[in-house]
Amino acid sequence: MPHFIRGRGKMLAIATLVVLLSIVPLLGNNYYTSVLLIIGIHAIVTVGLCLLMGYTGQVSLGHAAFYGIGAYIAAILSKTYHVDPWLAMVVAIIATAAFAFAIGFPVFRLRGNYLAMATLGLGIIIWILFRELDWITGGQSGFLDIPTLSIGGFAFDSDFRFYYLVWGFCLAVMFISQNIVGSRMGRAMRAIRDSESASQSLGINATLVKVKILALSAAYAALAGSLYAYYVGFIDPPPFGFLFSIRLVVMAVVGGLASIWGAIFGAASVRLLTEFLHPFGDIDVVLFGLIIVVVMILSPQGVIRGLGDLWRRISRRLTPS
Amino acid sequence: MATWQLVQYLVTGITVGSIYAIVGLGFTIIYSVTGIINFAQGEFVMLGGMIAFSLIGLGFPMPVALILAVVLVTLVGIIFNLVAIRPAGRASTITLIIITIGGALFIRAVAGLYWGRDAVALPPFTGDESLSFLGAYILPQSLWVIGITAVLMVGVYLLLNRTLVGKALKAAAINRRAAALVGIDARMMSLVSFALAAATGAVAGVVIAPLSYASYDMGIMLGLKGFVAAAMGGFTGVWGVFLGGLGLGLAESLAAGYISSSYKNAIALIFLFAVLLIRSRRLMVGEEGA
Repeated sequence: MPHFIRGRGKMLAIATLVVLLSIVPLLGNNYYTSVLLIIGIHAIVTVGLCLLMGYTGQVSLGHAAFYGIGAYIAAILSKTYHVDPWLAMVVAIIATAAFAFAIGFPVFRLRGNYLAMATLGLGIIIWILFRELDWITGGQSGFLDIPTLSIGGFAFDSDFRFYYLVWGFCLAVMFISQNIVGSRMGRAMRAIRDSESASQSLGINATLVKVKILALSAAYAALAGSLYAYYVGFIDPPPFGFLFSIRLVVMAVVGGLASIWGAIFGAASVRLLTEFLHPFGDIDVVLFGLIIVVVMILSPQGVIRGLGDLWRRISRRLTPS
Repeated sequence: MATWQLVQYLVTGITVGSIYAIVGLGFTIIYSVTGIINFAQGEFVMLGGMIAFSLIGLGFPMPVALILAVVLVTLVGIIFNLVAIRPAGRASTITLIIITIGGALFIRAVAGLYWGRDAVALPPFTGDESLSFLGAYILPQSLWVIGITAVLMVGVYLLLNRTLVGKALKAAAINRRAAALVGIDARMMSLVSFALAAATGAVAGVVIAPLSYASYDMGIMLGLKGFVAAAMGGFTGVWGVFLGGLGLGLAESLAAGYISSSYKNAIALIFLFAVLLIRSRRLMVGEEGA
């Protein structure tokens, strides 16, 4: 068995997930399909954030910027410059990762609180650029009529078709990430998280590892961003702002910061909560604030792990020894 | 360039700079005592302005409304410390960052639900007839802002240096363990620092609201700028933050005046990166294992 799927329980869970995911669109309900599709897109970004924050211990409060850069590059290349959408997507991913790689070196001179504040600031700057560079990005009125993806004559022009594309990418990203976490790189990441100076004394180039993971997570975000742009066909600055960066942190925290598959759970919880509470205005954001405070205090490893621990404690108390 | 124009920009810069200094003071107090950067600091400022607005709307006389607003926000700061910071105990930096972000998100969203998305204005403390000074126009409220900031800075300075509580806070800031050994309760000091930061933040919100409207989402940018002021001051003492705030305010207002006002926030962000990268080595002391 490949080392990235350990334990029969996890295999079963993943198999169930895949089966469930493939069935839903067949129900023919476009609303469910589109909600799950968005969850898939968000899960791709969240898993990158988990690699960076949960496994490597480096905060990012500006990840929406990478998501936005990916979306805008793909959109602008494919519409304004008539580049093939697939190629535009590849360029978007590579360019965003290169950007992250370049800013990584100065940014990772900072740690902890200062790193958090710097990424927050970077996110805001990029967002201001989306808004102000209106001759390229369309500014506040947005960027319209983005073409969609197609293979040969087969266009991903319906929710149904795009759904499988998104989840295909999402599962691929999950497997790649699980593999990285189980590799030498993954051990280096955890070593840096637990003690940066100890990891360096073992010969790990901490800065390089951090920068690489930042670039990888930026690549994931750009992939998700370009999928989003092609799916919706229209982008404007609001979805790429500060609040989305924080929303991503909420997703990562709920799923468990150091949990790859938890990212799907986190993205799904946040999205579903927003959908359910939509009629009541912004009450979902109030809850997100509460949720991350409570989760970080009671169960920093995420909701699933927390519930599991709770269950084990209860069952131990119930069985007389 | 005309002199009156320059004077005008300088006055604006000192006014907003004073506000940044007060917000930065809150960051400095909490950080030096607890090692936490409180990402909810800007929300205290917002709450100060919004609560004062509501109290005036309820018919409270202006001075009562302003003082009551500061008291209520102080309570929010105390509650925030008790329910979110204290239970986390000695958590990692990442955990504490996420907790204060969660607090900020919560406060901001509740404010958005309660007060709506529109900006509100407080009436100026004493009329809005502007005074003329070297050809520039100065609103009386600007003088209030500058005056109250000066009083607040001196007050906090005296509190930290001349009172027992202040000395305990300073002791906890210099060495938490040694302070604990002489009977200074670290959890109590954390509580006091949050109360003090919330109170000063609320004062900033109350005095600035008549000049630049208050709205539920003002907390992030104000918080960020206050952080820049505090970082320029090196997170120690009152005067560093004061100068940091004034420097940022002046740079911002001169850039807005002579270059373009759409770059106002960009200036603050450039300052943020500059100060973080230049001071990164100094700021990192005691930040290992973040």
